[in-house]
Amino acid sequence: MLNAQCSMLNEYSNKQCVNALNYWFNDNSLIIDNCRLIIAQKDFDAVISTTKERALERAAEIDERAKKGGKVGRLAGVPFIAKDNFLTFGGKTTAASNMLKDYEAPYQATAINKLEAEGAICIAKANLDAWAHGSSTENSDFFVTKNPHDKTRVPGGSSGGSAAAVALDMIPFALGTDTGGSIRLPASFCGAVGYKPTYGLVSRSGVVAMASSTDVIGPLATTVDDAALVLEVMSGKDELDSTTIDRNPEGYDLQTSNFKLQTSKIGIIKEYFDEGLEPGVKKVIGEAIGKIKTAGAEVSEVSLPSLPLALAVYYIICPAEVSSNLARYDGQRYGHFAREAKDLAESYEQAREQGFGAEAKRRIMIGAHVLSSGYYDAYYKKAQTVRTKIIKEFADAFKKYDFLVGPVSPTTAFKIGEKVGDPLQMYLVDIMTVAANIAGVPAISIPAGLADNLPVGLQIIGPQKSDRELLGVAKAFEELKS
Amino acid sequence: MSISDYTPTVGIETHVQLKTKTKLFAAVGNDARQAAPNTLISHICVGVPGALPVLNEAAIELCARAALALGTEPQKLSHFERKHYFYPDLPKGYQITQYESPIIAGGHLHIEVDDLKKCISIERANLEEDAGKNTHPAGADYSLVDLNRAGTPLLEIVSMPDIHSAAEAKAYARELWLTMKYAGVTDGDLYHGHMRFDINVSVSKDSKKLGTRSEIKNLNSFRSVEGAVAYEIKRQVELLEKSQKVVQETRGWDEAKQKSLAQRGKEEAEDYRYMPEPDIPPVELVDKYVRNIENKMPDLPPVIRMKLREIDVDNKVIEEVLDRPIIVPTVLEILGKNGPKSARLAIFWILHPQLAELETKQGKLSQIDPDWKKLKQLTDMVNEGKLSSNSGRIVFKELIYGSTSDWPKEIAKRLKLLQVSDQAEMEKMVAEVISQNPKVVKDIKAGQEKAIGFLVGQVMAKTGGQANPGLAQQLIKKQLGL
Repeated sequence: MLNAQCSMLNEYSNKQCVNALNYWFNDNSLIIDNCRLIIAQKDFDAVISTTKERALERAAEIDERAKKGGKVGRLAGVPFIAKDNFLTFGGKTTAASNMLKDYEAPYQATAINKLEAEGAICIAKANLDAWAHGSSTENSDFFVTKNPHDKTRVPGGSSGGSAAAVALDMIPFALGTDTGGSIRLPASFCGAVGYKPTYGLVSRSGVVAMASSTDVIGPLATTVDDAALVLEVMSGKDELDSTTIDRNPEGYDLQTSNFKLQTSKIGIIKEYFDEGLEPGVKKVIGEAIGKIKTAGAEVSEVSLPSLPLALAVYYIICPAEVSSNLARYDGQRYGHFAREAKDLAESYEQAREQGFGAEAKRRIMIGAHVLSSGYYDAYYKKAQTVRTKIIKEFADAFKKYDFLVGPVSPTTAFKIGEKVGDPLQMYLVDIMTVAANIAGVPAISIPAGLADNLPVGLQIIGPQKSDRELLGVAKAFEELKS
Repeated sequence: MSISDYTPTVGIETHVQLKTKTKLFAAVGNDARQAAPNTLISHICVGVPGALPVLNEAAIELCARAALALGTEPQKLSHFERKHYFYPDLPKGYQITQYESPIIAGGHLHIEVDDLKKCISIERANLEEDAGKNTHPAGADYSLVDLNRAGTPLLEIVSMPDIHSAAEAKAYARELWLTMKYAGVTDGDLYHGHMRFDINVSVSKDSKKLGTRSEIKNLNSFRSVEGAVAYEIKRQVELLEKSQKVVQETRGWDEAKQKSLAQRGKEEAEDYRYMPEPDIPPVELVDKYVRNIENKMPDLPPVIRMKLREIDVDNKVIEEVLDRPIIVPTVLEILGKNGPKSARLAIFWILHPQLAELETKQGKLSQIDPDWKKLKQLTDMVNEGKLSSNSGRIVFKELIYGSTSDWPKEIAKRLKLLQVSDQAEMEKMVAEVISQNPKVVKDIKAGQEKAIGFLVGQVMAKTGGQANPGLAQQLIKKQLGL
């Protein structure tokens, strides 16, 4: 049996994996009301492709093993959706880009392998901003995913497809990547739990790299418990990723934990309540903090004066790493190949011209510029200096506080097309999420309420490697709501 | 004005291929000498999305050895950078190398030219990955890329511009090869490019100022290093003498014509957009680790030279022995166990062209465990005059490369190589020869002493070459009353 206390996970019985999966894959239009995947896809464009054949094969295998009384794992038969920048078998891995639109992965991401080892089944690949560049999923080279709460609005990004799929109850959990807020922002916009672990806690092996020094992999789920269980399965040192760290020996499964808000010291990040914060969001977050206070936590305001610089730092370091990480997509060994090219130089130019969208090109140019000789010291090096300062300010704050809280985003989900023409406005969406990435600390977005019928997420940030405690306090907050 | 009015200055960058079992960042075989193209590759070598480099610790140990061999310590803290450029043999679009903090940041190498000792300082040495290999089949409208070599660990050793002649350049290249080879850092197979030299040459009339330099890359023999430096010095002086300018450029070396040629290509300096490698944590070495390696360091050329000097041979012969690292342990063991006289004989046998050729083909000297008692018997026989030095070599050859388990005495007997030193028997034969050659005897008595040689030859012929020629001559003189 699955973990009984995991709200969504216990819908599935490992004895009926195939039946359960057929429920997702059934494409008979007469029973379309029962087919979550199709509804989600038809109206919200949450997924790019399904991995139906392989998923059904794996489900049959798990059924078979269960029948024989074999070990089936803690997530046996639980379907999930992976953001399409995770390399998976059974279909294509596109990163929502034209460059990789026909790419079939020769190996699987470590995170996927670990989930499969516990019996989870990847059924589809979620839409994203191409290469995870964006905050709205509008940068997908294929189509825009719509917000489950309002089809005219964006789901947030870049893990927009994953967040929408969870919010639509398509699956109990989805995987996302968070480089500057890409899990937390869409979780906040769609009303899901989105968890960004400590940098290095989950292996990045087999995930299309965006900015390697801030990329993390994490779950989007309906409850903190589910997110914690998925993290429990995915986390830990991986010999394929040298930046991975050991997991907490006590694990992250919250079944046995009992975190109390009363004993916590919580700092409200002053800089996140400046002008620019929508009144509706401010109200929901204020109420959430009020509840935490009422529950007995010691709450006070804290200032991290360098936080306003975090976005500038991020938009130097991130494009620099993006320009480097995208250099391998030259059309020579895999990916989009420019057939008309007459020589090598043209082949490079055309493959990249045709295979990359506007945002990828923008970041490659910014990145190449800040790394170029003569500009490196002024941009990249200075950004690293400020980064160190931000890390230190967080460390100082965590000497006084167990956790820091604030909004995830200054606004609720915005209209599709609203910011697409103005990259700067789009970048500003990340203003409250990037700092956690820059500092490598864990952070969670947890639904706190609605503003004008749109979800608002509360962000809780913990010190490095405090993932177990952070999930615990998030669960305690979750329980306050109900 | 002549060439002697100019001071040439030369700096050499040497790429040393480390003899690790696997590549620098991938668990794939490192020795591509016998492998079919693209058979020693993995996701990492091909630069597949999501593939992360994982540092091979064995390479770090070899770097530490290299540092110690160069008379310095490996750096306690070093890190990797990405060096960006587009080329088909560079799958990721960047090379992982070290730029700001290389693993070796100093050291020196002693060389000797015309009995003058000189110390060449090492500026730095960085650990980096090799690129693949492009081939351009003649007449074809395509090129081929072999990635077997991509990711092979290289230590790039950069000398200070302390070299001032072609002979010094050659001596430096050779001494560096010897040092790296004996330190166990590289297999040092020059034919397969295990050591490649890039030379930077400039000339100046003012010895305090450096002239404009040109660079010649990828030289793979000491001879070509010497030739290229000599040619560049001459070329540059001739240009300056004609009041022309030396262009700062990279030139190619035509080994057949012994000429450097300007290479076509961009003249502008390429901007590699160096960036810290975020996928590999910095390398930290603790003192204990370095001391452990130091304690296991094998003898290096200066020590081996000292040991070999115990044997009474020319320095030139010692260098010839050093040039064949494979035979050094054997020679030193003979020296230790059987003494210098024995070792001296062994050296001459081993260095004999015939044996050298056999050794090149079969490489047995490094594999055999010579029977010291047998070897001692053999060298004793020669030293006692029972066997000529030449016959000794033949027995030695049989001992090493033959399939016999006989003792040298038996082999010599079987091959009829034993010298006849039995007085009585020799006297009989000498008497015979004298009576058979009255005319020669007459000549000798008339003062043509040279003709004795003819009689000695006759004695040798009678004994099938087994006579001790010294004894034969002595007896002839005696019987002729000379």
